[in-house]
Amino acid sequence: MTGTRTSFTILQRLLHWLMAIAIIAMLFVGVAMVATVRPQYVPLLATHKTLGIAILLLAVIRILVRLTSGTPPLPADLPPPMRFGAKLSHDALYALMIAMPLIGWAMLSAGGYPIVLLWGIHLPAILAPSASLHALLWTAHQYLAFAFFALILLHIAAGLFHALVRRDGVFESMTSGARHEKRAPAE
Amino acid sequence: MAQPSPGSSLGSLVLIAAVVALLAAAFAYTAGWFSPDRLTSARLVQAFAPGGPALGHRRNHAKGICFTGEFDANGNGTELSRAQVFAAGKYPVVGRFNFSTTDPNAPDATSRVRGMGLQISTPDGDVWRSAMINPPFFPVATPDAFYALLQASGSKDPDAMKSFAAAHPEIQAFGAWAASAPWTGSYAEEPYNGLNAFLFIDKSGAEHAVRWSLKPQAQPQPITPDELAKLGPDHLEQEIADRVAKGPQQWTLVLIVANPGDPTSDPSKAWPADRRQVEVGTLVVQQIEPERDGPCRDINFDPTILPDGIKVSDDPFPAARSAAYAKSFDARTAEEAAYPRSGPATGASQ
Repeated sequence: MTGTRTSFTILQRLLHWLMAIAIIAMLFVGVAMVATVRPQYVPLLATHKTLGIAILLLAVIRILVRLTSGTPPLPADLPPPMRFGAKLSHDALYALMIAMPLIGWAMLSAGGYPIVLLWGIHLPAILAPSASLHALLWTAHQYLAFAFFALILLHIAAGLFHALVRRDGVFESMTSGARHEKRAPAE
Repeated sequence: MAQPSPGSSLGSLVLIAAVVALLAAAFAYTAGWFSPDRLTSARLVQAFAPGGPALGHRRNHAKGICFTGEFDANGNGTELSRAQVFAAGKYPVVGRFNFSTTDPNAPDATSRVRGMGLQISTPDGDVWRSAMINPPFFPVATPDAFYALLQASGSKDPDAMKSFAAAHPEIQAFGAWAASAPWTGSYAEEPYNGLNAFLFIDKSGAEHAVRWSLKPQAQPQPITPDELAKLGPDHLEQEIADRVAKGPQQWTLVLIVANPGDPTSDPSKAWPADRRQVEVGTLVVQQIEPERDGPCRDINFDPTILPDGIKVSDDPFPAARSAAYAKSFDARTAEEAAYPRSGPATGASQ
């Protein structure tokens, strides 16, 4: 990976913040829709499905961009446990960005539902109807959603810790892209 | 790196904790965890069977039997909706005859309200699902009133229904229907009414408020509940299987078009009888299959699953029903062990 860059590319930063808004909105729409019987249930569900597919597409693009553009190195003085935590939590975030929409899509397929997004976009089923698979995927979708939200809270806390406490340029590498001293020569 | 002073570091940590706590609280609020009185699908579904549901089965209309057949559209509906299902042609259907009960083994004569779940699929990939019942209007005007009705009928308080009726006078019309409308001894002799108003969108994009009914082509033969009880607890399923084995059974699908200004939000009030009716096709039921291994078993007849050309109106029920049906479906698909399929080895019918 390139050791000279100190921040993410503009495209990477754009994708990060766009997806941040989309994923947080997605999680709020998800818990809102399962807790209501009001008329907004219908548009919330359609929004949830559409946003889910949008997040899946953005996540694929983002991973491809990351593979080609790389990432700026973490600060050299970052303690190994934090370095390890950063790696682990980012891997989990990427895995969930891809897995959650796929699990939702598969769950609707197994449930025998037609998969219709906003603007009448139809998607094919990716699994044959199966009550037991529907139940399994539904449970996974629910628990992983809470895990996803918890991980995002951790990610926000860590980002703010870099910005406010360590002041090591990690937060800025995803915002203004401002340069900062004290970098490891290479990751 | 400049080391921040311990004081500002502490302030920063408090700020970070506050941001995280605020987000978590907003999430919990959105999920309804601070609103124990909010009407949720879980609460609504639970109210059907205060003593506990029949595991593996639908939470209401639990007793039923599957059918397959076709919908023969005559083309008249294209005037009101651009949905392909109204273009002249034959489209495959899967459906389910059922009656209102939380007990899949309830004797037929114990329930006044019979229903039909219906799915019509068209070549363009659209699916139209509907769940209809035989009364001409719904007992109550709002989902909250329906929840109150379930609570009152499940209540041990002998005055619960009286106070419910006082607060919801619209229930009287339903009571009058239940007391006076003739019973029949056959699913084939019942009408199935959509009751909720939907918006049909035509090719020009214009919207028309519509309700629909399936009118039986079989002549209804009135029967008393006592006579029905004497025919046996499962007469309806045996009768429809025998009848369809002898020949397909048909219903005419009639669209009822609102006049401008007719209220669409209250299914407890039928529109006046002079509203325009358009016959758009014929439902032909060709084969009956027991639910246990049948094609309707794992279909959620969610009334908000609509083709392009039909959408929900300001009637609050389809959304509430969609949420509750999903809850029922999610629960029963996780309980398959309690209602096992007979399996390929036996091939038995029930």
